[in-house]
Amino acid sequence: MRAAVIVFPGSNCDRDVAVALEHAMGRAPQMIWHADTALPALDLIVIPGGFSYGDYLRSGAMAAHSPIMREVVARAKKGTPLLGICNGFQVLTEAGLLPGVLMRNAGLKFVCRDVDLIVERAAAPFTDNYRKGQVVRFAIANMDGNYFADAATLDRLEGEGRVAFRYVSNPNGSAHDIAGIVNEAGNVLGMMPHPERLADKALGGEDGKAMFNGLATALTA
Amino acid sequence: MKARIHITLKQGVLDPQGKAIGHALGQLGFSGVGEVRQGKYIEVELAETDRARATAAAEDMCRKLLANTVIEDFKVEVIG
Repeated sequence: MRAAVIVFPGSNCDRDVAVALEHAMGRAPQMIWHADTALPALDLIVIPGGFSYGDYLRSGAMAAHSPIMREVVARAKKGTPLLGICNGFQVLTEAGLLPGVLMRNAGLKFVCRDVDLIVERAAAPFTDNYRKGQVVRFAIANMDGNYFADAATLDRLEGEGRVAFRYVSNPNGSAHDIAGIVNEAGNVLGMMPHPERLADKALGGEDGKAMFNGLATALTA
Repeated sequence: MKARIHITLKQGVLDPQGKAIGHALGQLGFSGVGEVRQGKYIEVELAETDRARATAAAEDMCRKLLANTVIEDFKVEVIG
């Protein structure tokens, strides 16, 4: 399995997710700088958490128009699995790969803690190692995690089973308690919680490990 | 020419920052403050002499980057 992590100025979870991927895949992912314009052959692309471009203009807005994103969008449209975590989710909505937008948290505070999530979608390539309805614990750490989309979009996401994770106790005002969604084809997942931050017993939990192990299984031909 | 661009949250989109500002104004003793909505103001200098073309370019910038039209409206005014 060949994976790449896209690194923007201001990314800060790129190395955490690289470690989680390496543990699952048995080899390190390639780290790709945002100014690059080409990608090698890949089975998975990850856009990590952080504060790309200092959250200037809107979270994820500048990164969504970085040189490498043209190629990332093209690969995703061809079906390459693409995972956006936290700022990565914000980048994916700004790039138009996922509907809606992540707004300022309703409580106007940066929220940094472990949260319980209900797995709403247990499907390859991201979440087939979980059971639908299972409660898992991941960490959140964001200022803009308040998912918003118009009523028609929310209905569509619900009707098509595209809500991947929902908060047990809504920490930020997200519509329909949404913590993560997939695109229509199911190959793009955006989520605010960080599976890589609880993917090892030494970190205080390993519910996130199943996602990386599942990806390694699903994407290793 | 210069484009003066106002970006505001669409009606119906909650604005917790605006609400907090309204609350703070009340605490400072300003009475009769109704709803407060917060937005952005951006100035862009354009190497353009035709007002219509400058407006069209600025509006295109808003749609592609400056505003997120899922939640925001924009208003462009060209001067100079």
